[in-house]
Amino acid sequence: MLTTVDTPPLDPLLHRPDFPILSREVRSGVPLVYLDNAASTQHPRQVIQSMVACYEEHYANVHRGIHQLAQESDDLYNAAREKVCRFINAPTVEQCIFTYGTTSGINVVARSWGDANIEPGDEILLTEMEHHSNLVPWQQLAERRGAVLRHIPLTDDGRLRMESLDSLLTPRTKLVALMSVSNVLGTINPVDEIVRRAHAVGALVLVDGAQSVPHQKTDVQAMDADFLVFSGHKMLGPSGVGVLYGKRELLDAMPPFLGGGSMIRRVMLDTFEPGELPSKFEAGTPPIVSAIGLGAAIDYLDRIGLEAVGQHERLLTERAHKVLGEVEGVHILGPEPQHKAGIVSFTLDRIHSHDVAEVLDRSGIAVRAGHHCAMPLHKRYGVSATARASFYLYNTLEEVDRLGPALEAAKRVFHRKRK
Amino acid sequence: MARDEEELYQEHILDHYEDPYHRGHPTHCTHAHQDDNPLCGDVVRMELQIDDRGTLREVFFDGDGCCISQAAASMIVEKFDGRAIEDVKKFTANEMLELFGARLTPNRQKCCLLPWRVLQSAIYSPVEGTGSDASDAGKACR
Ligand SMILES: Cc1ncc(COP(=O)(O)O)c(C=O)c1O
Repeated sequence: MLTTVDTPPLDPLLHRPDFPILSREVRSGVPLVYLDNAASTQHPRQVIQSMVACYEEHYANVHRGIHQLAQESDDLYNAAREKVCRFINAPTVEQCIFTYGTTSGINVVARSWGDANIEPGDEILLTEMEHHSNLVPWQQLAERRGAVLRHIPLTDDGRLRMESLDSLLTPRTKLVALMSVSNVLGTINPVDEIVRRAHAVGALVLVDGAQSVPHQKTDVQAMDADFLVFSGHKMLGPSGVGVLYGKRELLDAMPPFLGGGSMIRRVMLDTFEPGELPSKFEAGTPPIVSAIGLGAAIDYLDRIGLEAVGQHERLLTERAHKVLGEVEGVHILGPEPQHKAGIVSFTLDRIHSHDVAEVLDRSGIAVRAGHHCAMPLHKRYGVSATARASFYLYNTLEEVDRLGPALEAAKRVFHRKRK
Repeated sequence: MARDEEELYQEHILDHYEDPYHRGHPTHCTHAHQDDNPLCGDVVRMELQIDDRGTLREVFFDGDGCCISQAAASMIVEKFDGRAIEDVKKFTANEMLELFGARLTPNRQKCCLLPWRVLQSAIYSPVEGTGSDASDAGKACR
C-alpha cells in the first residue's frame, strides 16, 4: 500500500503539459490550482485523444454489428476491458464488468447478490466513514430483506476501530462493505486484514476502491476481495464509466440486475435466458467511448507507475499538513500523513467551509467544501462541513504551498477589525 | 478585490453575519419553521409571533451555516420585523436576492434563498398548543 522504496520520484512538471485544462486561468491573471481530485480528476490529451479518435474514425455500437466500424468499436471496447483486467490483476477479463461508476457497481451487487442472498436477520457490516453510495444501497437492501446494518466505529483521529471487529464480525455477518481509502479523512484502511477476518466468519467483502484504485497498486487476487468497484473519472478517465470486479463463482451465480438488450442469450415472449459474463451485467448500450477513454487513462497511469504516483502524493500530503498546521485556527480531520492518501480535509475556526472555498477560489484554488457525501462521518466529528484539498500526480508542492496565504486571506476577510 | 455587487463579502453582508439582527428566540412564539440545505449543511430556523391582525410582532432566527445563509437570514428578519404577513407572502425570491445585494452564483443563491423559504413556510406553521397569549409559548417553539 504505502510505498517508500526506491521508485524514482515523479516530476509533475513533466506531466502537466499533457493536461490542457491545467494551463488555463480561472480568471484573468489567476492560474488554476486544481485540488479537487477526490471529486474528479482532469484528463490528459492522450485520454481525450483516444475518445476523439474513436468518434472520428471508429465509432459504432458494440456487440451487435457485422460491419467494419462495429468490429473496430468492439475491438477497442474489448481492449479497454483487458487493460482494466491487467490493471487490477483480475484472473479473467469476464470478471471485469463495465458499469457507469462506483455507485452503479455497488447497486448492482446490492440488488443482484443482495436480494438473492440476504435473509431476514442477516447482518451487513459497514463503517462510519462510508460515502453515501456505500451506505444507501445497503440501507435499501436491509429494508427490502429485513437485514441488520452494523458499522465499524472510528477513532478520534479517523481510523477504523479494529478491535470492534471482535464483536461486530459474527456468523450472522453476510457481507462487509467498506472503502479502501476515505474520500474525506484520506485514511488508508487495512483492507487485507478485514478481508481475512471477514472470510473467517464466512462473510463476503465488497471494497469501494473509488479513492484507492487511482492512487495505489490494486491486486484483487492478493487482496482476495469478493467485489471491487471503482470509477473512471477519478483516475484521469471520463465520467460515466466504472468497473465492477467480482469473483467468478459469485458473478456466475448472481441473477442479472438490469434487464434488456445485450445481457441475454435468448429471449422468448414470456421469458429469457441470461447471457454470459460480462454481458450478463451490461444490459443496454454500454458507455462505449468512456470505457475506451478509461483504457487510455490506464495506459497513462501504467506508463508513470502507481508507485511513483503514491509516493508523490505522500509528499504533497505531508506538505499540506505542514502548511495547514502553520495557519492558526485550522483543524485537520483524519490521521497523520503516514496513514493517509492524498486527501486533506479541514475546518477553519469561525469560517464556514463554503466561505473558505469561495475565498480560495479567488486565488484560483479549487477545493471542495461540504459533507463530501459522507454526512454520518461529519456528524461523528461534530462538524457540518469541511473543506477538502485532494491531490493527484500533476499537483506540485508549490500549489500546496499556496493554501497557506489563501487561508490567511480568508481570515482577513472574516476576522476583520470591527469599526 | 472587486467592488460593489461583484464583491460577495462586502461590509454590510459581513456586518449581518457577525452581528446578526434578532438571532435568538421571541418572547412569545406562535409560528415556527426550520429547514436546511443538505448540500452544504446550512440550517435556518425562524420563530415568529403573529398577532390576530396578521402582524409579525416578533421575528427571530437561529441557525448554522455559511456567511451567505446566515447574513441573508438576518437581512430578511430585519426587513419583516413588525410587518404584515401579507408583505411576506408578496416578497419574491428575486426580491430576496436583490435585498442581499451581492451577485451570487446559482449554487450560492440556494444559500441566500434558504431563510426566505423558511420564512415563507413559517407564516403557515402555527406551533401546536400555543395561542398568542400562551405564557410559555416561546419554549414550545424549541
Ligand atoms: C469513496 C467513494 N465511493 C463512491 C464514490 C461515488 O463514485 P461515483 O460518483 O463515481 O459513482 C465516490 C466519489 O465521490 C467516493 O469517493
